[in-house]
Amino acid sequence: MAKFFAVTIIIIAILSAIPILRHTWVAPEDISTHGYLIDEQMSETMAEAGIAFLAAQFILAIFIWMFSNRGRDAKIKKFPGGATGLVIAALLLVGAEVLALGVFGVKAWADQYLTPPSAGAMPIQVQAGQFAFYFRYPGPDGTFGATHPELINEGSQNFFGLDPEHDPDSRDDIVTAEMAIPVNKEIHLLMHAKDVGHSFFVRELRVQQDFVPGLDVSLHFTATKVGKYEIVCTQLCGLGHYNMKAYLYVYSQEDFENWVKKEQAMQ
Amino acid sequence: MHDMSAHAAQHHAPPTSFIRKYVFSLDHKVIGKQYYGLALVAALCGMVLSWMMRIHLGWTNAAIPGLQLLSKTGAPGGVMTPEYYLQLMTMHGTIMVFFVLTTAPFAAFGNFFLPIQVGAEDMPFPRFNMMSFWVTFVAFVVLMSSFVLGDGPTLGGWTQYAPLNAVGSVAGPGQGLGVVLWMISIALFCVGQLLGALNFITTTLDLRVKGMSLMRLPLSAWAWFITSCMGLTAFSVLFPACILVILDHVAGTSFFVASNLVLNDQLQPHSGGSTLLWQHLFWFFGHPEVYIAIVPGIGIVSHILITSMRKPMLSQRVLIYCMGALAVLSYGVYGHHMFVSGMNPFSALAFSFPTLVITIPATIVVLIWVFSLYGANLRINSASLFALGFISMFVSGGVSGFFLAQPSIDIMLHATYFVVGHFHMVMGVAAMFGIFAATYFWAPKMFGRMMNETLGRIHFWLSFVGTYCIFMPFHYLGMAGNIRRYSSFPDDYLQPLIPVHRLITVAALITGAAQLIFVYNLIHSRFWGKPATDNPWEATSLEWSTATPPPWDNFGGKYPVVYHDPYQYGVKSSVGDYVMQASPEQVKTDHDEK
Repeated sequence: MAKFFAVTIIIIAILSAIPILRHTWVAPEDISTHGYLIDEQMSETMAEAGIAFLAAQFILAIFIWMFSNRGRDAKIKKFPGGATGLVIAALLLVGAEVLALGVFGVKAWADQYLTPPSAGAMPIQVQAGQFAFYFRYPGPDGTFGATHPELINEGSQNFFGLDPEHDPDSRDDIVTAEMAIPVNKEIHLLMHAKDVGHSFFVRELRVQQDFVPGLDVSLHFTATKVGKYEIVCTQLCGLGHYNMKAYLYVYSQEDFENWVKKEQAMQ
Repeated sequence: MHDMSAHAAQHHAPPTSFIRKYVFSLDHKVIGKQYYGLALVAALCGMVLSWMMRIHLGWTNAAIPGLQLLSKTGAPGGVMTPEYYLQLMTMHGTIMVFFVLTTAPFAAFGNFFLPIQVGAEDMPFPRFNMMSFWVTFVAFVVLMSSFVLGDGPTLGGWTQYAPLNAVGSVAGPGQGLGVVLWMISIALFCVGQLLGALNFITTTLDLRVKGMSLMRLPLSAWAWFITSCMGLTAFSVLFPACILVILDHVAGTSFFVASNLVLNDQLQPHSGGSTLLWQHLFWFFGHPEVYIAIVPGIGIVSHILITSMRKPMLSQRVLIYCMGALAVLSYGVYGHHMFVSGMNPFSALAFSFPTLVITIPATIVVLIWVFSLYGANLRINSASLFALGFISMFVSGGVSGFFLAQPSIDIMLHATYFVVGHFHMVMGVAAMFGIFAATYFWAPKMFGRMMNETLGRIHFWLSFVGTYCIFMPFHYLGMAGNIRRYSSFPDDYLQPLIPVHRLITVAALITGAAQLIFVYNLIHSRFWGKPATDNPWEATSLEWSTATPPPWDNFGGKYPVVYHDPYQYGVKSSVGDYVMQASPEQVKTDHDEK
């Protein structure tokens, strides 16, 4: 039974590694300017974790094979070096790995979260509420109109609680159910939660950020490839959480301007 | 410290009435068995919930026969609604984390064996101990009552994030009464655990018998002691947090609800609260909680492995220090659950470093286990198989932590099935394997009968292979971006992953069925198993010095004196290759803790 167990562990370890090595289920193509740092961290971590995983399972299996049911009179041996060598090995190897991953990983995080958006970044507001995302563009005047929560009304499609009658800034605001951005243009995404916690996740853009009710947070990113992508909610927000999504369209500059004109006409 | 008069402090007469013997018992052994029974019932409930979840995820429109009996609105015609999926999911997580993983390894086995392993007659506060079980029992009943009261259980996940947990039923079914019942249940659970922690800590420090220095305590006793210290400090934070949520529901406060929130086109009557405050309070508890779930397993598995290997670990002290390091560091890492929560991004780096550093004591523990196997003479049985399986699972679950510890990678893996795979492997599998190993190992002492070894091995094989088949694919799903807590997968990119979910469901149902073999074995052996001798495993710690099952005062009035550390194996003594802690026989040995 011990030998059978050892073989089972090895088979499971190898089978577990195969989909990773064959890249069967991986993140989609990166279309962002900062994502390559995240992908590099991921590959490096996968290599180190993978080696640690396989080594640990193999050594466990080998020792189970070699040192089971050896008979009542078998001599007990101690691993040479005892615990001291193992503790030093763990401190050095794991400590070094930890430092490497931690230190080299700082840039991947800092580029996204600790650097402000550039001055020319295009502001877009996104509001998350049970169970849809709505987006707002400031329009030709470049200014977002004020929002009034008490005026929010889904039925009349006043998702942001705008008051165009009294507030000239809001009259040219463009409110949409899909997000469109021009390619290769930095976007400053202003995130507002209408009711409970939600989250904004676009896999291809390598961005994920929670909406925090009571705290307006923001993201900035640049998309490098034209296409249609999915924005999904990743923070449990209620019964419609599984269905809460929107499409992100990355357009060429010309197509984006046409889209803006089209949306403006529908306001 | 080791004075016999210390025992007089908690001496109580043997119970005579049925109620005092089996219901409101002051005996730590009965309380331990009561906790075990509660955990068993909870585990079965949690497992059935997981079957229903998995069936729905694989076949969203399938009618589950009988589900409409549990809830007409939640599952009309047996077809689960999205809200009911979330409600069942919340209950699954809550039941498993609190009433199984905190209860069985710590409260059940700890209550039964800690006093015996230190050489005491009982714990110092038997009334607190009895209260701690019954408060926990009431907590379970309150939680389960949410299935049948109001519009069902809360749907906010076991993490119950604000403000979804505090705005009331306007946010969805179960968010009114369901949340209040959840909070009351968990608040009661906290009280039960705090009472238990008081007993465990004082037992370990004050009731050790003559000769039982701290370093001569078995590793399981150390694990229970360290866990109870964590429990004292963690549950005491969750308790007030739950009270504050209840106040937000019933007293018009706004601890966790910010201003200007709009639900159903209505401005909510709350202002000034903090969404993130709940997350800080919850995770300050929540991360030590998962170590509360695993550290007893680490101690128990070490204890069982040593007996099975017939040799001590390469260093007992290092294992103790590592368990202590895990406990202390666990308080500094909680923010790794909040990397993308909106908290200050500098905090992400501050939490990431200790999260990576905590890998070091965990790695040392695994290395000591594996390299102690070198040169051993492993006896293979159900208990040792599950103990060895624990090591494999702990490694698998642990390495995925490397990814999640880094905030940049967490951007892609947060809230995906990668996280779900990670915590299921360490908690849902490794910790469960620890419970199984403990059961096969200690059932003879607790019930006086051996469990059936053949059934135990079948249980092991199906569980070991089955749980890998279920939870390894979760990691792949997560890397592909499969979001968690979705009741179904309508998104374009998720459609191709549904066949994987179906395979997982099949594996889950088979593995679940295998657990019924264990339940049958447990119950059948309890009454008809082969009678156990006092020391069937040829083990050394104090629980094996006493009768099987132990008498009401554990040692029949004759307190042991301890002459050795608990792991004198691989020696030549008059009884074999071991010498018991309470045996005055001196043998030639490599190392014997004083």
